[in-house]
Amino acid sequence: MTERPPKIALFVTCLVDLMRPSVGFAAMRLLERAGAEVVVPKKQTCCGQPAYNSGDEADARAIAQQVIDVFEGYDTVVVPSGSCGGMIKEHYPKLFADDPAWKTRAQTLAARTQELTQYLAENLDLNDVSATVNGTVTYHDSCAGMRELGIKDQPRKLLATVDGLELKEMDDTESCCGFGGLFSIKYPDVSGAIVDKKADNVEAQKTDMLSGGDLGCLMNVAGKLKRRGSNVRVYHIAEILAGMTDQPGVGDAET
Amino acid sequence: MTHEPHCQDFLKASEKALKDDQLQELLNRTLKSGFQKKRLMSMARLPEYDQLRDQARDVKNHILDHLDAYLERFELQVKKAGGHVHWAQDAEQAREIILKICQNAGAKTVTKGKSMIAEEIDLNDYLQDAGLVPIETDLGEYIIQLREELPSHIIAPAFHLSKTQVAETFKEHHTHLDPDRDMVEPTSLLKEARKELREKFIQADVGITGANFLIAETGTAMIVTNEGNGDLTQSLPRVHIALSSIEKVVPTLEDATLFLRLLARTATGQEQSVYNTFFTGPKRDGDLDGPEEFHMVLLDNRRTELLGSEFRDILRCIRCGACINHCPVYGVTSGHAYGWVYPGPMGSVLTPHFVGIKEAHLLPSACTMCGRCGEVCPVRIPLPDLLRNWRGHAFNAGKPGGLQRMGLKVWAWLAKRPTLYHAITPIKIWGMKLLAGKRGRFKSMIGAGGWTKTRDLPAPQGGTFQSRRQKGER
Repeated sequence: MTERPPKIALFVTCLVDLMRPSVGFAAMRLLERAGAEVVVPKKQTCCGQPAYNSGDEADARAIAQQVIDVFEGYDTVVVPSGSCGGMIKEHYPKLFADDPAWKTRAQTLAARTQELTQYLAENLDLNDVSATVNGTVTYHDSCAGMRELGIKDQPRKLLATVDGLELKEMDDTESCCGFGGLFSIKYPDVSGAIVDKKADNVEAQKTDMLSGGDLGCLMNVAGKLKRRGSNVRVYHIAEILAGMTDQPGVGDAET
Repeated sequence: MTHEPHCQDFLKASEKALKDDQLQELLNRTLKSGFQKKRLMSMARLPEYDQLRDQARDVKNHILDHLDAYLERFELQVKKAGGHVHWAQDAEQAREIILKICQNAGAKTVTKGKSMIAEEIDLNDYLQDAGLVPIETDLGEYIIQLREELPSHIIAPAFHLSKTQVAETFKEHHTHLDPDRDMVEPTSLLKEARKELREKFIQADVGITGANFLIAETGTAMIVTNEGNGDLTQSLPRVHIALSSIEKVVPTLEDATLFLRLLARTATGQEQSVYNTFFTGPKRDGDLDGPEEFHMVLLDNRRTELLGSEFRDILRCIRCGACINHCPVYGVTSGHAYGWVYPGPMGSVLTPHFVGIKEAHLLPSACTMCGRCGEVCPVRIPLPDLLRNWRGHAFNAGKPGGLQRMGLKVWAWLAKRPTLYHAITPIKIWGMKLLAGKRGRFKSMIGAGGWTKTRDLPAPQGGTFQSRRQKGER
């Protein structure tokens, strides 16, 4: 009997869905390359982070329940975002601390959820050079992915499989870019000053590209780089791994 | 700046800090190549560092579970050693107790070692109003006392000032000295402060210090300093008052050493602070020095309320300042922007408790949730969770209000209705895409003014992932 391919549900994340669908298509290609059967449940919307981090627990719980409902029954749920992955894995169980039935369901989903680079690093053949991207790249470690999910080596291992690509590490790669979801809108000057430092570190490496695993952070840094007139192109790591850097980067004009 | 909270001014105050190039330079240098780097180096020299953090967290939790018992034991041992113990419910009581001890001692001049608790209860102004002359002896505290400012950091109170500003302050206040004296070198500032303070040390009738740890088994109060000013404050005057909040108690001397191994390393990257001073009761017969009277003031100031709340973990804090040193927001705003005594992540947890969430609601949300504060905390306080708890209280109290709240509510309403969500969002996104044209980003946009004030807003690619996939795109 041949083993059936793992059935993976892709949590697209609202930012990817709305702002940069190519990250979703890249993720699908990569997951399929890893031998999975990919499903994208239609009833998904958002993971509830905006409500949760704004102290609106009731809405955060309601949205989490919806996500738990939609994503139950798959072998694995993959998320191309450290912060949304962290939300499901770390925070959903906390949201239902006083509700044993939902807590169990939240824990089950948490146990089956993986951030994209985590899943790929474990399941892609890292000796198989399937993508070619000529140029240099620097990588920003997004906070939630790194601190809540332990993502650090996985993206680097994956980037090393890309033919023609050289990774140049920037200073303070682990420091926050100042995005913080609604923080970036609520405290624009403070957020702007923090992302200025990140943009300094990116530009100091003189790379062609910046990459990362969280579209929110990338939109923030790209927005700052573009405002400063920088030519560094910004891509989600999924886009680089899928060889999709012939399209405009985040915030780039179409040619 | 006074001790009255100004937390509602966070936006204005942070803007001011951001425009202060000198402050930005100080923050960059002192935090990154100073505190952060030194902490990493000292951690590397202590392989069991993380294991000690677990142990420290567990010991602190055990103490909080048995706080009453350890405090009673501490009280008993202080009395046995010949000291007096005073329990203060709140700031008012603590101030009254301290003033009374000073008055009984016929005190005029009071020297003070650095104490955040004294800042918390605004002790100096109170003593001054009663006709006493309190003099801060920690160099940083001395400087901000002259300038009538609050500390901008819990371990480096004058962190926000350059040596030029310090020189100006000294020239303004030390008017009996030659106005043309050379004050370029930091050592000349240090020497001048030392000379000024030496006289005060000898004049003082009462010395007031804080305490880093209270050791229950021996009735010992303990402080760490790098300047030795705590020792002189404690041992030279006739009367020594130690002021501490109740959660500083630890069971044994050995427990205190566990925390000492973590405290300086995490705070400044030192193996140990230069001075570790243990004081147990007043001078005994035959002792060469030490105070004739020792008074221990134990302050609750609503900490027992914290003990029974979802903020209990903050009581593990050993005031090392690591969370402050690593916070990206503090790193560009500095301490005064937070508008009260305690800045940074630990401050944004404590301040709402002391001044109320309505006053302080901006602080827990002035945080990117990057999690670094929790990562560096030597006693593993889950600071991001505690900050989020406060956001919950703020939300329930109607903060944020107005457009922000409405925007959030609309988003949540839509997120809970997937069919509607997927019907509406592609249309909105195509609209945005059309607006952006081929530019790929917005320089400004209605409704996104906050974002586009400091950076461009990347435009959407067009269509949603879900709608494009529906049409067969792969």
